[in-house]
Order: sequence, then structure tokens, then C-alpha cells
Amino acid sequence: MNLSRRALLGTVAALPAVAAAGHARAQRPTLRIGVLTDMSGPYKDIGGPLAVDAVRLAVADSGIADAGVNVEVLFADHQNKADIGSNIARQWYDRDGVDMITEGGSSAVALAVAGVSKDKNKTYLTSGPATSDLTGKACNANTIHWTYDTYMLAKSTGDAMVKAGGDSWFFITADYAFGHALSRDVGNFVTGAGGKVVGNVRTPFPGTTDFSSFLLQAQSSGAKVIGLANAGTDTANCIKQAKEFGIKSTLAGLLVFISDVHALGLQVAGGLALTESFYWDLNDRTRGFSERLWKRAPGVRAGMVQAGPYSAAFNYLRAARQMGPAEIRKDGAAVIAHLKKTPADDDVFGPSTIREDGRKLHPAYLFQVKTQAESKGPWDYYKLIGTTPGPDAFRPMKDGGCPLVQA
Amino acid sequence: MMMILGIPAPLLFGQLLLGVVNGAFYALMSLGLAIIFGMLNIVNFAHGAVFMLGAFTAWGLLNYAGIGYWWALLLAPLIVGAFGVVLEQVFISKLYKLDHLYGLLLTFGLALVIEGLVRNFYGSSGLPYRIPSELQGAQNLGFMMMPNYRGWVVVAALVMCVATWLVIEKTSIGAKLRAATENAPLVQSFGINVPLMITLTYGAGVALAAFAGVLAAPIYSVNPNMGANFIIVVFAVVVIGGMGSILGSIVTGFGLGIVEGLTRVFYPEGSATVIFVVMVIVLLARPAGLFGRAH
Repeated sequence: MNLSRRALLGTVAALPAVAAAGHARAQRPTLRIGVLTDMSGPYKDIGGPLAVDAVRLAVADSGIADAGVNVEVLFADHQNKADIGSNIARQWYDRDGVDMITEGGSSAVALAVAGVSKDKNKTYLTSGPATSDLTGKACNANTIHWTYDTYMLAKSTGDAMVKAGGDSWFFITADYAFGHALSRDVGNFVTGAGGKVVGNVRTPFPGTTDFSSFLLQAQSSGAKVIGLANAGTDTANCIKQAKEFGIKSTLAGLLVFISDVHALGLQVAGGLALTESFYWDLNDRTRGFSERLWKRAPGVRAGMVQAGPYSAAFNYLRAARQMGPAEIRKDGAAVIAHLKKTPADDDVFGPSTIREDGRKLHPAYLFQVKTQAESKGPWDYYKLIGTTPGPDAFRPMKDGGCPLVQA
Repeated sequence: MMMILGIPAPLLFGQLLLGVVNGAFYALMSLGLAIIFGMLNIVNFAHGAVFMLGAFTAWGLLNYAGIGYWWALLLAPLIVGAFGVVLEQVFISKLYKLDHLYGLLLTFGLALVIEGLVRNFYGSSGLPYRIPSELQGAQNLGFMMMPNYRGWVVVAALVMCVATWLVIEKTSIGAKLRAATENAPLVQSFGINVPLMITLTYGAGVALAAFAGVLAAPIYSVNPNMGANFIIVVFAVVVIGGMGSILGSIVTGFGLGIVEGLTRVFYPEGSATVIFVVMVIVLLARPAGLFGRAH
């Protein structure tokens, strides 16, 4: 290798400057946010890389760097396995100095990580999981359930659809705990709102790819609404095949995200009813957020599970400025207590509050998927047909059985 | 309304017909598996993955090259079949002298790798693929609406099954192939290139799965797991029909489609299990399968 003397001298001269810069950085306090999500599996498009981008955007938008605080965003793949998720959380908290974990994966992963966060007294602001147990019997003082839950989905879709005229229901239920719970809960809201459930067929899970038989049974029952108490590919297949067989009843997806609608296309998904707590084209603030995110990740629009971590990180970093970085690193439960008593506000969910049991309260929106004729362009997918305000959208605190509340 | 066994007759007829439609997929998939097992003695667990590749190739042809459904029906099996030839040459050909188990493990691993790669590049939520415009709409049969596309699937699958059976049972190529299965060195001594024939057979079996994948693309969600959902059932079909029996897999495919369809009316929860119940009964009564020959 040939190094000229001038270059060598230049490099040596620059060394102290580099060291000095490193020193200055080290002086700044650093917060670490871990995005624990599905980077490679079935929920990759629901959370995944876009959730990481959303958190990075929250860091930029929060202006925390101007306050002299460094923020590092880490991410990892929990592979939808509770043991892997909780191991990553433990390692992040113990070894890598992570202060807050967000997104947080599917329900089983989230229940495990919530436990680890409590043991280590850290902060867990979870967006991905559906289970309402996180603010029920499994609630703790280190966890906030940020974005949505099963109760909210059931209530918004069941209650609001009956009010919109869909008063007779037939359920196509995935035959396992999740499906049973979902069809039972939605059914209760349907009957509570004056509608009736005319039938329920339990489809083997996993292992059902063709739903046309069940759809024909639903059709012959004469129900106005077919509730799809399943998720992912099962829901997609149901919707696709209902279109094929010309099923006239309205389909209600009980766990459908905008990425699913995008995958199906409007020709197939048009007319479907579903609930999300976020839609990119809802108002000026959501549009502003979505445009900024688009610049980082062009081509996709965030659904609620991806927008939620933005909101969580944004409000967390606001708390960091209010409490001071040293304080926020010290005691996770104190951070959660601070978040609960300070109203939250961000471009994703707008002004909102967080309840004592760790439930964040913001409106649940019942959307209907636009038809191709109604849609004006890419990702113009939803029209709003009903809104349940935050305090009504979620399970009343007294019914959850959260130990924090009884204490 | 006329009732049969407490079920409205229109519903029952509808389910029978749907059973035939699903049976068409089972038949087509198990046909490829049966050929590969019968001729190569390989339990091809990658069959679901190549089925999925067929559907993705159809999607890719449309979205990258503007090539529509009908050409995809021809091109996707050729492309995926060629990929199968590469797989056979690079990996599977090394295993013919070993126990079945090695082939099973290798192809299972290949399936996981292929599915993982596709998921990495195309995500997990699937891709839209439309029913071709010629086949949209449905016929009112009186007791149900029969989508035109499903009718086409049955016809296409039947034609493909019969054609494959004819090639293997009634042509000289088929005769050589069957002879090579019985005694490869002898056939080779007649100057027939047996290794090449085996490679092409694997390619053809894979192409059949890809053909089924293209047929499936407009009705099932085109996603990386679509083959994994199918493969277990299809294996059961092959076992019931008799491992390696071409006719067995065709007849059993359609038959089990109907059995499954009926179960969906009478006891929906059991509809995924019924095929395996049949498999157990058949294995107890006829271990070689309904159409298989005991070795």
C-alpha cells in the first residue's frame, strides 16, 4: 500500500478532532428505543419495517435532538414466538441499555414482554397485540396498550354496523380460541344493539383454504352481514371467494388491516366493513404524518399497528423532555405514570388520554372499503361510516379485572 | 323446499359441486406428486412451494411483463418446471441411492427456503390476481350460482389429468419411463438416457404443480404460505390413492373433494380432519392405498 506522507500527516492531524467529536457525543445523554416486531413472518406487512420507519420519524419530529438528547432506534424480529420475544426484551434491557420497547408483536409475545418490562422496571408501549388481557388481568404498571384491542374491534364493528342497518349476522369462525372469542364478543354487541345472530359455522384452523361452502351456507341463512371471525389469509380467502360467488351480504372483517385491503385489491375488497383506529387520509394531521412517512418509505401507507409506534415514541420522547433524560431512564413505572396523567397528543391519534389500567383511549373508526369507482387513486381505500369515541370504544375499566385498578 | 337428511337440497347439491371443484385441485396437485414418487421415489415436500411459485410467476408475468392469464397458464409451468430441473440437477439427483427420508428432508428444507425467500421479497399479506375477463361472472344453476372460473378449473384439471395419464400409460415415452422405474440399468442398456428422462420427469411434475398454482391464483390468496396449506392434504390424497399411482391420485383427488364438501354441511368442524380419517381407514384396510400395488 502506498500512502503519501501528506495524506498520512493529514490523517494523524484529524485524529484528535474525531476523538473530540466522539467525546462530545458521549457527553450527550442517549435514549434507546427498541422496536420489537415481525420482520419476516406472517405479520410483517402489518407491523414490520414500516413500524421501524415510523419510530424513526417520531424521533425526528419530536425535536429531541435539539434538546441535547441522542435517540437510538433498534429493531428485532420476535418471529411471533413468546420465548424469542421475551429473550430479546431481556437482552435489550439488560445488555443493550434499551429504555422503551414499542410495537411489541402479536398477543402471545406481548404478554411475555409485558412481564419482562415489569420485572426490569422499563417502559413498554405496545401497538401490535390484539388481546384485551393486557389491560385486564395481565395489566401492569410498566405497560400501556396503545393502538387497539379485541374489545374495541368487536364493539365498533358489531355495534356500529347494527346501527347502520346490518341487523342480522352469520359468523364464519376460525375454530380456535381467538375465533371463538371474537365471534362471541361481536355477537354480544350485535344482540345488545338490537340485532340477531342467525348462524355460526366453525371452520377448521389451520387447514381451510376454500371457504365457498361456508359462504353459501351463510348466504342461504339470509343474514345481512357475514362476520369473518378469522384473520390473515383466511380472511383474504373468504373475501376473495365471496366476490367470486356473488355473495350479496355485506362482509364484516373483524381483524383486517389496510395492508390486507391493498393485497386483495378494491375490485375484490370493495364494500367490506372493518375497524381501524387510524387511516392515513382521515384528517390534515394524519395526512401530514403520512406524507412525511412516505418520504422515508415510499409506496406503502401505514395501518394502525404501524402508526401506533409513531404515536407511542412521540409521546414518550415528549415525556423525556418534560421529565429529563436521566429521570426517564431510571424508573419505567414513573414514565408510565407520567404518560397516564399527561394527555397525549400527536398527528396519528390526535388528542387522547391514557387510563389507569394502561389503556390508551382514542376513537375507533368503522370504515367501508371503497369500490374501484369510488377510489381516486392508490391507497384511497376507506370511507368512514361510523365513529365510536375513545371513552366508549374500549372495555369499561371496572369490567377488565386489572389489579392496578382494584388496588 | 326439498330436504335431504335435514339439509335443504339446493345447499347439498351446491356442496357436492364445490367438492368436485376442490377435488380438481387435489387431483392436479397429487398427480404431480404421484408421478415424482412413482418414477423417482422421492417424497417431494417442495411440491407446495412450487405450487406457490406457479401463482407468483403468473403474478410476476402480469405485473413485470404485462403477460396475462392465458399465456401465464402456459409460461409459468415452463418457467417453474425449468426451475424444477435445476433443483433436481443440483440437489435431488444426489439422493436417489439413499433412503426416502433424505429426499423428504431435503425437499422439506427447500420448501422452507423458497417460501422464506418469497416472503422476504413480496411480504406476507399476499398479492392481488384477477380472474381473467373472459371467465368473470357466474351461471345460475337453479340451486346455486356457479362462478364461470370454477367451471373452467374443473375442465382444465380434468383435461390435464387425462392427458398426463394417457402420456404415461399409452405412449412409448410413458412405456420407457415406466420401464426405467422398474429396472433402470436394463433400460439404459438399450441406449435410453435414463438420467435425462428422470430429470425431465421431475420437471414435468413440478410444472403440473405450477399449472395448479396459476389456476389457483385468482381464487386463493397469492401468498408465500398458500402451498403449505395445501401440501398436507395432498399428501393424504396420494397415500389414500396409493403412492405413485397416477389413476389413484386422480380418482382419490376428486373423491375426497366431494367427501370434504359434504362434511362441511353436516359437521363443518371436522371438514379438515375427514380426509385423514379416511386415510387411516384406508391404510388399515389396504396399506398400499386404494389403487396401489403392494411391493
